[in-house]
Amino acid sequence: MTTRMVEVRAKVLKQNDLLAHALREQFQRSGTCVVGLVSSPGSGKTAFLEKLLARLAREYRVAALVGDLATENDAARLLRATPNVKQITTGTICHLDAQMIQQALESWNLGPVDFLFIENVGNLVCPSSYDLGEELRFVLLSATEGEDKPLKYPTIFNSSDVAVITKMDLAEAAEFDIAAARRNIEGVRPGMQILEVSSKTGQGMEHVVALLQAQRTRSRQAVAAAT
Amino acid sequence: MHELSIAISMIEQIVEESESRGGLEVEAVHLRLGVFSGVDKHALLFAYELACEGTPLAGSRLEIESIPLIILCPQCKQQRAPLSSYQLCCPDCMVPAQDIVTGREIEVASLEVAA
Repeated sequence: MTTRMVEVRAKVLKQNDLLAHALREQFQRSGTCVVGLVSSPGSGKTAFLEKLLARLAREYRVAALVGDLATENDAARLLRATPNVKQITTGTICHLDAQMIQQALESWNLGPVDFLFIENVGNLVCPSSYDLGEELRFVLLSATEGEDKPLKYPTIFNSSDVAVITKMDLAEAAEFDIAAARRNIEGVRPGMQILEVSSKTGQGMEHVVALLQAQRTRSRQAVAAAT
Repeated sequence: MHELSIAISMIEQIVEESESRGGLEVEAVHLRLGVFSGVDKHALLFAYELACEGTPLAGSRLEIESIPLIILCPQCKQQRAPLSSYQLCCPDCMVPAQDIVTGREIEVASLEVAA
């Protein structure tokens, strides 16, 4: 049987990318700074977010979307910081995609917010392929996980904008080599901004807040200049 | 393991493409897959076969071309393979590179169809 070749040249995740692009524009128009959080399970995303939301809520309108395979435990924890929390339970899916974000927003009567955080499913592989329309992506790495995580999962570190090293209060006990961790992150994503925090003691949280405030100011200026 | 999600997206897209061209009988799908895409080649091949069942692509082959990771060196301005996937720097200049030229692709290049 003879065959012929038909050129296609189409991105497999084109639909997701288009949707993410539309979401990004929508967030820009509404003046919402959207931050995605990715990490392995147990690196402290929820504890970090809980503290961050509580701090930001003093000055800003904040909200969070949390993805998990099962349970609504994370949402319940974040509700202590803000009433604007929605859980996305993905079932067996190991990552969030743009469609899940769109659907969650459609069915959520959320008023205008300054910061929206999207906590991905704990996974350092799958979320890297899916753009969610976020303005910044934070990748979290806990001091107890070891300094070589970036080397093992270069794709997700490279697809993120800021690295946050969590559980710094345990760094000494875990013999965490911070210089090596920084070097490894730099190797995988040259020039990446790195923040060291402890959600427990509050160490470094002010730098996270300052970074987010600066980002918000920058994007609002960019939108103002464009209109 | 998000390869099943990737396979399903890919199949939906190809079925649509084939219908828009008057119904192609697809024998094989040629995919360009970057080594830095976060998608595993073997897992995708496995997922593809499963996901094809019950679709017009059932029985078709998936041919994957691996695309290497190439960076643009900010110093010598050459496109180079970096030292490794976790040391994104030019092997000659030893300068870190932020620009990835290839390696992130997940792209259907072409379809092999019955003539």
